[in-house]
Amino acid sequence: MLGTARKLRKVGVLGLNERNSDYIMRLNPRRLYPRVDDKALTKELAIAAGMAVPDLYGIITNQGEVRRFPAIVAERNSFVVKPAQGSGGDGILVITGRSERKRDAFRLSSGVLIALDEISYHLSNIVSGQYSLSGGRDKALIEYCVQFDPVFTRVSYQGVPDIRVVVYRGYPAMAMVRLPTRASDGKANLHQGAVGAGIDMGSGVTMNGVLNNEIVDEHPDTGALVAGLEIPHWNFILESSAKAYEVTGLGYLGVDMVIDRDRGPLILEMNARPGLNIQIANGTGLRHRIARIEELFDPTALAAQRAAVARAEFAA
Amino acid sequence: MTQRYVYVLAALLTAIGLSAFSYKWQVLGFPVVANQEKPVWTIESAIRFDSGPGTIKAQLHVPTLTPGFRMLNENSVSRGYGFSINYGSGGREAQWTIRRADGEQTIYYRISVYEDDNVDEEDTVPPFPPRPVIDEPLATAVDVLVSDVRDRSADTASFTTELLRRLNDPSPDPNVELLLSGAEGEAGFVQIATTLLAAARIPARVVHGLPLAGRQRSAQLVSWLEVHDGDRWLYFNPATGEQNLPPRFFVWWRGSEPLATVEGGSNVRVDFAVQENHVDAAAIAETQAARQDASVVDFSLYSLPIQTQAVYSVLLMIPIGALIMVVMRNMIGIDAFGTFMPVLIALAFRETRLLWGVILFTLLVALGLSIRFLLERLRLLLVPRLSAVLIVVVMLMLVISLMSHRLGLETGLSVALFPMVIIAMTIERMSVVWEERGPTDAIRAGLGSLVIAVLAYVSMGLAWLEHLIFTFPELLLVVLAVVLLAGRYTGYRLTELKRFKALGGP
Repeated sequence: MLGTARKLRKVGVLGLNERNSDYIMRLNPRRLYPRVDDKALTKELAIAAGMAVPDLYGIITNQGEVRRFPAIVAERNSFVVKPAQGSGGDGILVITGRSERKRDAFRLSSGVLIALDEISYHLSNIVSGQYSLSGGRDKALIEYCVQFDPVFTRVSYQGVPDIRVVVYRGYPAMAMVRLPTRASDGKANLHQGAVGAGIDMGSGVTMNGVLNNEIVDEHPDTGALVAGLEIPHWNFILESSAKAYEVTGLGYLGVDMVIDRDRGPLILEMNARPGLNIQIANGTGLRHRIARIEELFDPTALAAQRAAVARAEFAA
Repeated sequence: MTQRYVYVLAALLTAIGLSAFSYKWQVLGFPVVANQEKPVWTIESAIRFDSGPGTIKAQLHVPTLTPGFRMLNENSVSRGYGFSINYGSGGREAQWTIRRADGEQTIYYRISVYEDDNVDEEDTVPPFPPRPVIDEPLATAVDVLVSDVRDRSADTASFTTELLRRLNDPSPDPNVELLLSGAEGEAGFVQIATTLLAAARIPARVVHGLPLAGRQRSAQLVSWLEVHDGDRWLYFNPATGEQNLPPRFFVWWRGSEPLATVEGGSNVRVDFAVQENHVDAAAIAETQAARQDASVVDFSLYSLPIQTQAVYSVLLMIPIGALIMVVMRNMIGIDAFGTFMPVLIALAFRETRLLWGVILFTLLVALGLSIRFLLERLRLLLVPRLSAVLIVVVMLMLVISLMSHRLGLETGLSVALFPMVIIAMTIERMSVVWEERGPTDAIRAGLGSLVIAVLAYVSMGLAWLEHLIFTFPELLLVVLAVVLLAGRYTGYRLTELKRFKALGGP
């Protein structure tokens, strides 16, 4: 047991306790949390900083406004409903279309039909805080449904694959792509059975994936190889992640991005407590990279410079 | 930086906690083990006398220095008498006074003592006694005897032994016979011995006391000989010359003065009765500390009303439950619902007992969960839905109680002690996790909560631990220190070793 701990320490694996006490509590002041925990605010800040985000169709802030929902989506065939303060992908509905026969029935990304009043009930739950981190009242965001880039078609089962970059004091430190599976119900969440694949920081090419903490080389549903995919717009993704540090002020930050077929990389959300699975996906620990960033840290460096440093330093 | 503050704070808290603990344990004698009982002897002396016509002043020697014993309390029962305790030449004297009394009078003086080996001879070194003034022909007899004994002895102890051997000789020599002719009783015999020792310039005195053994209706005073050898007092059996004390010899008073004197009264008798009780060691320590004005005791839990004590004996165990929680979650890494939910469930287990507690809890959560899934179809808003779950939980409790009562299972009634709001929240959280993450995660976290609750219950129910924390609440500072240190524990959780195993390589 101690032997395992020593090995993990040698590889530089970060544990939850260490992440919480040495990084999150030190680098992420509590008062900045709303900037990432409230997705409406994150979106606002990102837009102000000139970053690309999915378009917001409407916000429902209280029970009374749930009635406005049909009007908000009247012109839309696809959209996403998500709680502003949700975590881990909970409470997100991805609507990809409408029923052929009935206008008030919608089709979920899984292909299942959902009635309008079911969506209204879901909105009520969101507004009353069922998915909120704090348990308090929440807002429901209705936004653009990302049409993911064809590069991922063969390695994802329904849902939208997203790219997670862990940014340490403004320097991208590690990245992975999360591929939805049948088991994860189309969600890009490793906890729920999505496949995570590490990304070589230098080239933006994916490496082997992990599924439920085990290393896999092909997607469980499609059978396509997970490794060797070239992530488009890689440099832009790294620069945007680095820029997120200025937007949020958080020193230990997870940036989630999706690549839209038409609009390119969009910032989906940010996380002040990014999970540690990214280490499994990359087959290495975060601690050595963090130590290297501490050595190179330059408070005056611009986002583009920091992204370049990360590409050079952490190339495979 | 923070790390160092935490270490310093933890060290400080541990030091304070442990030093208060050891002070109370070693100095004040609080017991570290529960139900430790000590024998306590209550000695009652009754002075009986016939009152004269005028004012009455009764004096009684009472224990002052009592090697091997410590006084718990003393009191006097004497109707209408004024009572005071003064220091006289032979130690403390109790004094009762009254202007006028009729008929036979009885005054009681009662003292409770317990054994304590730490009570030593705190006596002062006596000066060399003056050579006693003795008339002829006794003076010659004394001189001859003393010089004879001195020749046959090496030091104070052997001198005393030899002297007592001669005094006790069944066929005494004429000098001894002459000296003893005036002695009355045991006390008088010992008095002669002290006079002879004084003639040899050896400080000696008579010591009167009671060998304590069980319950005695009328205990007899025993006189012993006490001799100072320049360093400490030695005790001799006047009848045999052996250097020892009777077992559990409780010294009442010293010197040749009579035990009691009554001015204005006649026919004075003093009777002793001894009663042995067993008293909780904590209570003794409590009383003792109060006598010594130790301020720690003002903050002791034993001074609270009994009901409040019962509440605190439970409350003080919650930190232990919290400690278990910290260890299970931050060091082992077990998932659970809520931060302190398992600890509260463990508290409820105290009433239901473990097996029934686990059965009832599982039953309640399982039933509540199925009802919650039924409610899901009604599409209720969050707060009304939570309230509905709560109401259902209350009704389920009622049904379980009624059913088990019908079946004659009284333990089922204790289901009412479960914190229902906590259960309702657990059901809600569990159902959300069930929906979002699937049954595996929900059941895993539910089982995790149950495992932590059981562990917390077991450790909070340890009788010795409960006693220890209740008697020494300052140990909670140590628990706090451990929790603070755990708060800066940055090592891997046990479950993470499994989770990241793939990264460790072969």
